[in-house]
Amino acid sequence: MLQSDWPLYEVFIRGRNGLSHKHAGSLHAADSKMALENARDVYTRRAEGTSIWVVPSVEITASDPADKAAFFEPTADKIYRHPTFYKVPDGVENM
Amino acid sequence: MYTQSLNGTPTDSDLSQDDREALVRFQARIDRDEKIEPNDWMPAAYRKTLVRQISQHAHSEVIGMQPEGAWLSRAPTLKRKGVLMAKIQDEAGHGLYLYSAAETLGVARSDLVDQLLSGKAKYSSIFNYPTLNWADLGAVGWLVDGAAIMNQIPLCRCSYGPYARAMIRVCKEESFHQRQGYELISDMANGTPEQHQMAQDALDRWWWPALMMFGPSDKDSAHSSKSMQWKIKRFTNDELRQKFIDATVPQGDRIGLKLPDPDLKWNASEGHYDYGEIDWEEFKRVLNGDGPCNVERMEIRTAAHENGAWVREAAAAHAEK
Ligand SMILES: [Fe+2]
Ligand SMILES: [Fe+2]
Repeated sequence: MLQSDWPLYEVFIRGRNGLSHKHAGSLHAADSKMALENARDVYTRRAEGTSIWVVPSVEITASDPADKAAFFEPTADKIYRHPTFYKVPDGVENM
Repeated sequence: MYTQSLNGTPTDSDLSQDDREALVRFQARIDRDEKIEPNDWMPAAYRKTLVRQISQHAHSEVIGMQPEGAWLSRAPTLKRKGVLMAKIQDEAGHGLYLYSAAETLGVARSDLVDQLLSGKAKYSSIFNYPTLNWADLGAVGWLVDGAAIMNQIPLCRCSYGPYARAMIRVCKEESFHQRQGYELISDMANGTPEQHQMAQDALDRWWWPALMMFGPSDKDSAHSSKSMQWKIKRFTNDELRQKFIDATVPQGDRIGLKLPDPDLKWNASEGHYDYGEIDWEEFKRVLNGDGPCNVERMEIRTAAHENGAWVREAAAAHAEK
């Protein structure tokens, strides 16, 4: 009964016109066409989507959680990148 | 619940100093309510517990299609048939979401399927009971999906990210299941005397097995405390069972059906319903393979898998071209 699984695909769905695609889940399929059809059947049974992307999971390069601190550290001390860093006198509007 | 057979407490012995420190950091993350994601460090026992729990949950969704599938060709109207089909498709989807979540922990789908088909893996005892009359479909939606919801809502906050996200999807779909079941059984309860009798008969047979879905009583369930510490579980079996009973009694009253428990009565000082003793011998028997439908369920599942082999082979051959 042992048989190897079909490739794994990650499924991304655009919920509504104008929104970006968002990760919805994953599934196995023999090829990308089947992945797309199965994604429609399992992830959009209640009109959750207007567009689907399927991506072979092996094609995704992910950041390593073990390096998280070092990898994202450079942004931590640059609070001047946020608008709230700056003082604006009371009474100044439209800014 | 769908994973009611989980037993045995993982031990932390044989850990190196590094492991011990990692374990402390891990628990601190859990205590801060951070989600654990697939590539994060996690103790082997946490991974093992999750693989077992999530895959048993997935198997239950898949086997759970059968009691209802048995009535697809006999649904009394086209509307009821469409509803039933939609619900069964949802359950297949739930199985998929859950298998996918389990696979993020490093197990292969084919291995999980093998474990189910070889009888090595368990699934919920509830699906080993037969659906004898049409009102059973109402009882299943109302009670079985109702109990499932009671268990799954806290799982939406489970510490393991992929499991929690799968549960959020499942819960959104599950409430339709419960409501359609309740509507079905209340239509029968309010129908002819014969229909009312069928509804009552269904309730009589499904009530106790539904209560068993929450798993062994707290005093007999060893694994609970570790799962609580890891925030895989948020409530104990008995707490969830009590919540379910308190929610369900008024629903039965409302449609004129009587829950088959002479000891059931409101306890004003506790603010809960007291209920009678559950037959734990029956629970163990059914879980361990000796329920009314265990053999049939596995035969049908195995046949479906084997009969689908040529489709999988053809699709693989087509993909290679
Ligand atoms: Fe389900
Ligand atoms: Fe359901």
